[in-house]
Formats: sequence, structure tokens, C-alpha cells
Amino acid sequence: MSVQQTVVIDGLSVPIEGERNLLELVRKAGIDLPTFCYHSELSVYGACRMCVVEIDKMGIVASCTVQPQPGMVVRTNTEQLRVIRRTILELLLANHDRDCTTCDKNGACKLQELARRFGVQDVRFGQEDAGLPIDRSTPALVRDPNKCILCGDCVRVCGEVQKIGVLDFAYRGSDATVGPAFGKCLADVDCVQCGQCASVCPTGAITIHSDVDRVWKAIHDPKMKVVAQVAPAIRVALGEEFGHEPGWAAPGKVVAALKSIGVDMVFDTCFTADLTVVEETAEFLERLSSGSRERLPQFTSCCPAWVKYVEQYHPNYLANLSSCKSPQQMFGAVARRFLGRELGVEPENLYVVSVMPCTAKKFEAAREEFASDGRPDVDAVLTTQELARMIRETGIDFDKLPIAPFDLPFGVSTGAGMIFGNSGGVAEAVLRAAAELLAPEKTSEIPRSRLVFEEVRGLDGVKEATVNIAGNEVRLAVANSLGAAAEVLRRIESGEAVYDIVEVMSCPGGCIGGAGQPSPSHLEVRKQRTQALYDVDTMQMLRRSHDNPYVKALYDRYLGDVGGKKAHSALHTSYGTRRRIAGEEIKFSSEEVDGKLDVGVCVGTCCYLHGSYDLLRGLMDRVARHGLTDRVDLHATFCFEQCEHSPNIEIGGSIRGNVTEEDIDEVFEKEIRARLVE
Amino acid sequence: MMIGSRDELKAHAERFRREMAAEKKRVLVCTGPGCLANGAEKILQEFQRHAVNAVGATRTGCHGFCEVGPLVRIEPDDVVYVHVKPEDVAEIVETTLVRGEVVERLVYRDADTGAAYPKESEIPFYASQTKVALSNCGAINPDDIGEYIARDGYQALARAALDLSPDEVVQEVLASGLRGRGGGGFPTGRKWMFARQAKGEQKYVVCNADEGDPGAFMDRCIMEGDPHSVLEGLAIAARAIGADRGYIYVRAEYPIAVARMKNAARQARTRGLLGANILGSDFSFDVTIKEGAGAFVCGEETALLASIEGKRGMPRPRPPFPANEGLFGKPTIINNVETLATVPQILRRGAAWFRTIGTETSPGTKTFAVTGQVANTGLVEVPMGTTLRDVVFGIGGGVIGGKKFKAAQIGGPSGGCLPEQLLDTPLDYDSLKKAGAMVGSGGLVILDEGTCMVEVARFFMHFTQTESCGKCVPCREGTKRMLQILEKIVAGRATLDDLDILEQIAWVVKESSLCALGKTAPNPVLTTLKYFRDEYRAHIVDKKCLAGVCSAFKSYVIHPELCKGCGKCRKACPSEAIAGEIRHPHMIDAAKCAKCGACAEACAFGAISLE
Repeated sequence: MSVQQTVVIDGLSVPIEGERNLLELVRKAGIDLPTFCYHSELSVYGACRMCVVEIDKMGIVASCTVQPQPGMVVRTNTEQLRVIRRTILELLLANHDRDCTTCDKNGACKLQELARRFGVQDVRFGQEDAGLPIDRSTPALVRDPNKCILCGDCVRVCGEVQKIGVLDFAYRGSDATVGPAFGKCLADVDCVQCGQCASVCPTGAITIHSDVDRVWKAIHDPKMKVVAQVAPAIRVALGEEFGHEPGWAAPGKVVAALKSIGVDMVFDTCFTADLTVVEETAEFLERLSSGSRERLPQFTSCCPAWVKYVEQYHPNYLANLSSCKSPQQMFGAVARRFLGRELGVEPENLYVVSVMPCTAKKFEAAREEFASDGRPDVDAVLTTQELARMIRETGIDFDKLPIAPFDLPFGVSTGAGMIFGNSGGVAEAVLRAAAELLAPEKTSEIPRSRLVFEEVRGLDGVKEATVNIAGNEVRLAVANSLGAAAEVLRRIESGEAVYDIVEVMSCPGGCIGGAGQPSPSHLEVRKQRTQALYDVDTMQMLRRSHDNPYVKALYDRYLGDVGGKKAHSALHTSYGTRRRIAGEEIKFSSEEVDGKLDVGVCVGTCCYLHGSYDLLRGLMDRVARHGLTDRVDLHATFCFEQCEHSPNIEIGGSIRGNVTEEDIDEVFEKEIRARLVE
Repeated sequence: MMIGSRDELKAHAERFRREMAAEKKRVLVCTGPGCLANGAEKILQEFQRHAVNAVGATRTGCHGFCEVGPLVRIEPDDVVYVHVKPEDVAEIVETTLVRGEVVERLVYRDADTGAAYPKESEIPFYASQTKVALSNCGAINPDDIGEYIARDGYQALARAALDLSPDEVVQEVLASGLRGRGGGGFPTGRKWMFARQAKGEQKYVVCNADEGDPGAFMDRCIMEGDPHSVLEGLAIAARAIGADRGYIYVRAEYPIAVARMKNAARQARTRGLLGANILGSDFSFDVTIKEGAGAFVCGEETALLASIEGKRGMPRPRPPFPANEGLFGKPTIINNVETLATVPQILRRGAAWFRTIGTETSPGTKTFAVTGQVANTGLVEVPMGTTLRDVVFGIGGGVIGGKKFKAAQIGGPSGGCLPEQLLDTPLDYDSLKKAGAMVGSGGLVILDEGTCMVEVARFFMHFTQTESCGKCVPCREGTKRMLQILEKIVAGRATLDDLDILEQIAWVVKESSLCALGKTAPNPVLTTLKYFRDEYRAHIVDKKCLAGVCSAFKSYVIHPELCKGCGKCRKACPSEAIAGEIRHPHMIDAAKCAKCGACAEACAFGAISLE
């Protein structure tokens, strides 16, 4: 028998049970040590120093950075520790924009909460207003550096979980700030607008770009028929905003709440999720049976942050993305095209609101691919948090609301549409459909093996499985975060793995962990929401998308055949590369003369570092010296995508790589002057 | 030419010694930073132009006595000339090199006694020093590996690679009691032992050459004067822990040090003293010289590692310690330049020898960069435990201009200010820590009675505030508020409450910062508060700066007896603070005066002064 190893915390003996650090052990003992920069799912940062404790023989240390050792004697509440914590709070407050009443985070701010908990009444260091500009450049997020306490949570979630890293620290000492590179705004960098930074931000430094006012305006406009769609993840999370446990499933409450704030009709995004499954499964089976692996694996495209990620970093995989619009945009498309007709409303008077767990959906709704004649299919996207705010603003007692059903014709959906909100849900829904479509014999009773695919469930980063569907081996992967997606792509590229279908959800846990969901949204909360959606699924009469009678009816009335021409024009789209800043050329000669020889020198990062600027200067010199300025159109350009041969020069349409300074004379004589003589 | 075995190393040493002995006289021109700035390069060229048979003129690293540079030493006579100018060279060649006589006018003379000291070893500045880390500095051409080998260079590496097991190397360093010379004074052998015991195929050794304390330049001088000793020390460290790759992280603001380290590595590589199977052993090792962009915090070891990895230089919490998880997550040791330069001597002469120098808990020597209001500024190396008084008044020659000693600022921005009553403090890790200061890298700034101690504290706080990485709250925000209060005090706007707040934040920053930069940042404030509290009180309560430094307590005055009433000052004043009629003495309205000094500059009669 081994003796239980313990640490003495404030006189209490606490057993060590594999805790990650002393902070977790202290919290297990029921003492809620305050922190700003500690997140159990991120690396230990140790910067806020709020979790200081006093350990015998070690003195004062930050408990998040200490491993619990048997026999340690720890005190968490001493005069000195209190002075440190209070002083730190005061120091943070002195630098913080303390306009709490008008802050988006008012009431949910960690700094505000701790200031109250510690009874800070006086900040001895005054108040400073750095007056830094607020970044509202994206439709998804607002970044207010004046409220940043530099805890680095956003930096780590973006770098460690999503493996993107658009945010980092800049400058030193008290000038230190967090932001995108070179002081750019979020819209001008590789931010996919997943919003996980906002989700972990303890203060109002990164918040959701609110569409609340726009939606109120539409609601109060008598001309407008306001219709809402509600994503699956909302129904298992909205209750948290009103004191319910995470995972409390209440779709009827959500509908009733939306109606009570003035929305005319409320539909279910799960319905268009079913539509997506039908189209996407057909697309997948077509690709699978085409005999070519060119467009395999098929990547899901429901997640707008993932789509932007592919556009930015892996445009070579654009053809692999499913061409199906996401459920949100399928709803937008069918609402704009057919719903007005059904309801007898002029299409321009139909105001389409989405309620989404997601900030990137705001970006998606604003994409030009999803607009006709300048009017977006989806007019406004509200997150779960924004909807809760609107409900609170009306003063409606959420708990006393009666339960209301979704409206028809887009209000009936199957279990497959519901689980879209979970990581692995889209893959499972497609597998259910494929299993049925490929099944050799139809049975009245659906075997469980064709309904439940445990392999793709769970909260692991990368989930891999090979599923046998009617004798066909389908190899699939599910990526649960963009960091996991990067790993899946690595496996594909290295040849380590071959997949037929890959599901990617950018947010950990899938949409139920989206950045628009109520806070906190940590692992335990996500687990409860996930389970709730699976429970909702099992309670459905219909669990496979193509069994949805209203989906069938939609095809019959408007869309024609699955995957057919009409369906394609309404429900499919395509995406383009965002890899490079396009069309930026720096010209050195102003007059336009026909027949000039086009000479471009790449000054992109790689070429520049390999001396392309010297090449450019050398060529400019020689062109000028030989009086050829009016015959050569010499310009600096960005990236020919030949970085491995940098520096590159393009002369009259052909690219020459690996040019060194010694080559300039040769290049000039043989490739520029010689051509002009011709 | 490759040196593939111990015999070949010996043969090379012999050959280089013979070559050097063939020169009847050697002229060693100091090209340390101070001498270089005063024209040493030109002097060297002059010597080379006046070449005399069997005389070699060579550049060397710092001789140490920067105060009297440019310095030229002639061996084997040990004759040293001070304040040498290029035009003196012809005379030195004629008199000393040809005729063997001394140029009296260029000999060092004691300012007080007037005694002349033609020989370096007799000059009091040098006589009481013990050179270990600096033993080759100023004695060899740093760009010539041969001269290093001739002075038993790389013998210690031979012993480590051929005679001793890695564990025995660790044991030898452990037994010597060597402690890190970069600041904290952690026992070097223990650090090595941890890294030796750490599991991992790949390990790294790193030389911390990111010297950043204002007033410290010993690491620079070692790298510029004896780069091979650093390389050899690093290679021995690598052998001890089982690393095959090393980095020397040196700030890019030290271009000469960078060039000499790179040249030394190149030479060592050509001779096979870096690379595969060094000296025929199974030990392989090579180094990369990594230039840092100069952030002070990158001297902190975890920030330094982040910087090598290409990340922003920010410290991270320890544990895990670099010995277990360091560079690229692999076991790594980081040692300072001076520490590594000492290692070959320990391996060559033995741990017991090393322990004969210094004190029980701080064996060996320590270099100090002595600057400030002291007669003999320069680089000195003394046994640990030498008293502050001996360094300031013995080697340093006391305060200049007959002024009174006020304090010694030791250890840079992390150190503290020691007052007169602590002059007998022994300079070792433990005694200095007890006094509230620290050895730090060894910057020693002597302050005289004309120095305002509050202003000194403000200066260092400004330094740490701008050099803080901005990661942890106490250091980022705490130092900022401390600086604000200090600025208020020197501006005469503070209250006694501010003093209490200052002390409290200082304590919080010291106790709760993440890394050593923050933990030690309040030291200049805490020591001045401890030893010079009356000066703080004078600024706050009496609105006076006792040293007469802080301009807030001074005002411009027009002396009526000197003023001709020309009106120039009135026109020059941007604040319209001066009034008066032509040909009558003018007056300054103190309430309007911005103390810009434009009036004093404009006055042709010297009638305006700051008092």
C-alpha cells in the first residue's frame, strides 16, 4: 500500500492526484485563487501573478508555475499575499479604460469581478487613457487595446490551439501591446475570425462585433418581415445566460424568446443542415465513384473560419472543399429565393437573421459570394450572447416563457441536422446518409450500425476512422480545431494518411464551443453541451437527413433533383485563394508606351531577403545608363510563388530564378538589351 | 593545419612559442574599446609602418587601465606607455625598440605622489590584481589562435576530451566551487550536473554574451581580447553534459566581439578544435554565433533561449529549468562569458588551485568594470572577497578631484548603491546580497558627493522600465509607477505618502515578478532608500536636492551688479518671464520661468546663473 501523497494547504491536507500544477490543487481544495492568464487548455504563462502563494522554504511563488510536491506546506491567505494581489489589481486598473458602464463586457469582466471581490475602492495610481485606436475592421470582432491587460490568453489560443498566431506582443515595458503584426487591423491579416480570442479574453479587449442594433431596427420596421434561423448549438447553450446548467436543451424556449422580442417567424438551421447533408453526401458519393482521387478527400465547408483558412494557407485544396454552402447560407439562399413567395412578402422586405454560436458566421454572411444584387442572403448574424442581451433588454422573464415550436416550412429537422453542432457531427450525418444510400437492401428498422458512428465523436483533436459502408471502406478524419486541421493536412501531405472525407470545425468541440456562445466555454462546459446535442438526436423520430419530408418537399417544389442544376445554382458556391495580396505593383516609369519590355523584380519576403532589392537597383542603374527607361517597364512586384528559387525576375513573361548580383550584367545584356535589339 | 591529437597540440604550442620567441621584442597595442576610441588603430599602423627587425607589433584586447589609454606595452621588458599618440610611435621605436631605453614622458605617473612606473607589473593599478579570466587579455593577439595555443590554450579541452569522463569534468568544476559570473552566482558545476543527468539525445550549451548592464564591459573585453578561452570553456561544458552543439548569444552592438568570436570559431574549426572527433577523441562539437538585437531582458536565460529560437525575447516561468527543458525543449546549460573563460583555467590548473583564490563560498576571482568619479577607471580582476575599499581606493585610486566618496553602484540596474559605511564589504556573492546589492555582471560605478542618489535611482528605474519585456504585471506596471513617483520626487512634487507607496510597490515588484529582471529592478531604489533616505526626505519635505543636482530646486537668477540691461535675455526668453528697462538690471519671474536656460546663453556678460 502506498501512502497517499499530500500537500498541506492552509492547514488542510490535500491529496495530489496528478494535478497539472499547484494552482489546480489549491482550487481542488475549494480555494478559488484568482487568475487572469491561467487557462487549463493553454500553456502556463505565469504573467498575472495573481495566484501567488507562500510555500515553506520557497517563499512567495506563482502557484500556476509550481509542481505540487508531497509534504509542501502552502499558505494562500497572508497579509503579504493580499498586498501583492491588491497592488496588482490596482496596477492593472490604473492602466485600464474604466468606463465599465458602457463596456460590452460589463458584468462578465474578470477584472471588474476581481476588483469587486477584493473591494478595490481607490486606485492610488490614477487613471491613464492611452487613447489607442479601436479596431472594428472585421464584421466579427472588436479589438479595444485600451482594455487589454496583456494576459496573453488570446495570443496563446490563436497560436497554440488554432496554430495561426495573428496576435502577438509588440513593444517593451509599459509600451507593450497585443495586436496583429505591424499594427495592422484584423481585417488586413490572416485572422479567420473564429473569435476564440474573444472567448478567452478576460476583459473587454476583444469582444463580438454586435449586430443587435441592426436587428432591432429591422424588428421595429413595420415594412420588414423578420425571419430568424437558429443554429443547433444555440438550443443547448442559451439557458446558461439565464442561470441554467450547460447542456440544458431548450429549443422551444429559444423560439419563444425570439418571437417575444419581435421576430416574425423562427426557423431551424437544422433543417438546412439536413439539406446540406443531402447535397454534400451526393457530392461525396459522386467524387468517390468518379474513379479519380483528384478531389478527394472531400473537405467539409460548413465552417466559415475553416474555409477562410484554406483560402489563405492551402488554396491548393480549394477544389477539395465541398461546394455546398453552409447550413446558414443554404437557409439564406432558400429564404431569399423561395420563402418570400411562400409568405407573400416582397423579397426585399424579408429580413433574414441568423442566431449562431459563431463569430465567423458574421464574416460568412458578409461574403460577396452570398449576396445577390448587393443584398446579402443573410442580413444579420446574432451570436448566442447577443440574443441573450436582446432578451434581457426587453425584460422578458426567460424562465416564464412558454415553449413554442419552429415555424414551417423550415422548422422540421432530423437528428442528423441537430448533431451538426458537435465536432464529428457533419461527418456522422454524412455517414448516416451514405450508409442508407449505399445499403444493398432497405429495411424498415434502421440498424444502429448505420446510425451511430462513435468513431467520430468525442473531443480529441484529430479523430481518424475507417468505416465500412455497404462494403466500401470510407477513410475519414475529423479535426477539432484549426490546429488539428493543420495536423490532418500535414498527414495528408506527408502521405502518412489517406482520407476520403475530412470534417473540420475550427472551434474546439465544434459549433457548441463557438466564440459566440455564453462564457465560460471551457472543456467541461463543452462536454455537457456536446452530450445534450447527442441526447436531442436520440429523441428524434427521424435521424437521417434524407428522411426529412420537408426537405423532400423543397426539392419537389423548387430544387428539382438532388445535385441537379437548380439545386446547384441555389445551394452551391465556390471559393478563391487569399494567399497573396494581389495586384500590387510598384511602377518606376510613368509614361505608358506600347511595346515596352515588361521586367518585374519580386520584392516579396523571400526574394527580398535573398537580395532582390539589390537586383532591382542594379537593373534600374543599367536601364538608366543605357537610356532605356522609355523602353523597359521595370517594376517591383510581389511573389511569383517560386520562393524556393528566390530571388526571381520576370522578363517579358518568363520567370528566371536564383539570380545573383553577379548575374545582373548577363541578364541585362542577354535578356533585356538583346530582346530590345530584336 | 589540423590538430588531430594531443601530441600535435603540443607540437603546435612549441612551434608557436618558438615563433613568438624569435621576435626579440613584441609591441602590444591595446585595442580595447576605450583605446580604440582614442586612436589605437592608428598607433598600431604607425608601429607596423616603422617596423624594425625582429619586432612584432600586434593588436591585443583590453589591458584594463582604460583611464590612461591608449596603452602600449613592450615585452619582454614589461614597459608600458600611457596616453600614447600616433606621433609618439617614432620616438618609442627609436628609444625603446632600437636602443632599449625608456621614453620617460610616456611613463605612468601616480597623480598624488608623482612617482613614475615604467613597468606594468609595478603600477599599483595592476599590482594588486589577480588575473584569471583576463589572463590572456592584453597579452595575445585575439585574432591568432597560435598565440592562444602557445599559452597552453586548448590543453584543458584536451584533458576534458581525452583524460576525463564527462562526469569527472562535472566533478572538477563542482569541486572548484565556481559560481556563475553573470549575476546570480549559481554554482556552475551543479548546473552542469543537472544537465548531465537530464535525459535526452540532443543537448545544447549556450554562452550568454548579452552583456547589457550600463557600465559593464568585461564580457565584451574577454570576447575581444581572448575569444578562444570562451570557445574552449563552451566546448568543455558541452563535453561535460553531452552536447554537440553550442550557441554564443552576443549582442549585435558588439560588432568587434562578434567578428572576433566568429574568427576564433573559424580558426578553431580549421584546426579541428571544433568539429568532429576533436583531438582524436569521440567528442564532437561546433558552435553558432547568434547575434541578439540588444534587448536587455535577453540576458535573462529563458528570454535568451526564446530569442535564439526566433521568438520574442520574453522570459518564461521556471521550472522547467533549462537544464531539463531548454533550447528547442532540449536540456541546455547557459553560462556567462566570464564563467566560461574561467573554466579552461580550472581544468588546466585544478579545482584545488582555484579554491586557493577568493573566499570559501565564492572561490576564484571576479572582474569589475570600474567607472564613474574614480581616478583609475578600467577593467580590474580581483580575488572574490576583496573589499570595496580596496577596489575603489586601492586599485581605483580614490575619487577624482579630491571630492568625497558617496556611494558605489554595483551590479547595474539589478544592483544597489553601497554607502561609505559599507566600504569594507567584501566583494563576494553573499556579502553583497546581504547589503542589498548583487555582484551582477560586475559593473561598479563610483559616485561622489556631487551625485543625487534619488536621481541615480530614477535613472536606473527608467532603464528597467524601458527594458522590461512587458510580460508580468508587477514588472511592467509596477516599475512604471515607481518611475512616476521618482520623477515626482526629483521634480519636487511628491509627498511623504508617495514615499510609502514607492516602498510598497518596490516590495511587490521584488517579491512577485516573474523573472530576475523584475525581482531585482527595485534594488537601486531600495538601497538608496535604506542608505540615503535623508536625500529623499530633503526632496519631499525641504524641497531641496542635497547634492544640488535636481534642476527643479534651482532657478535662474540675474545678478544686478553684472547686468547691463541690454535686453538680450528678455528677447531670448520664450516664456516672457524676464522684465526690465533698457540699461537697468533685469529680473526673472520665477513663476513663469521654464528653466530652459536660453537667457543664460544669450547673456554676453555672464550675469545669469542657475542657483
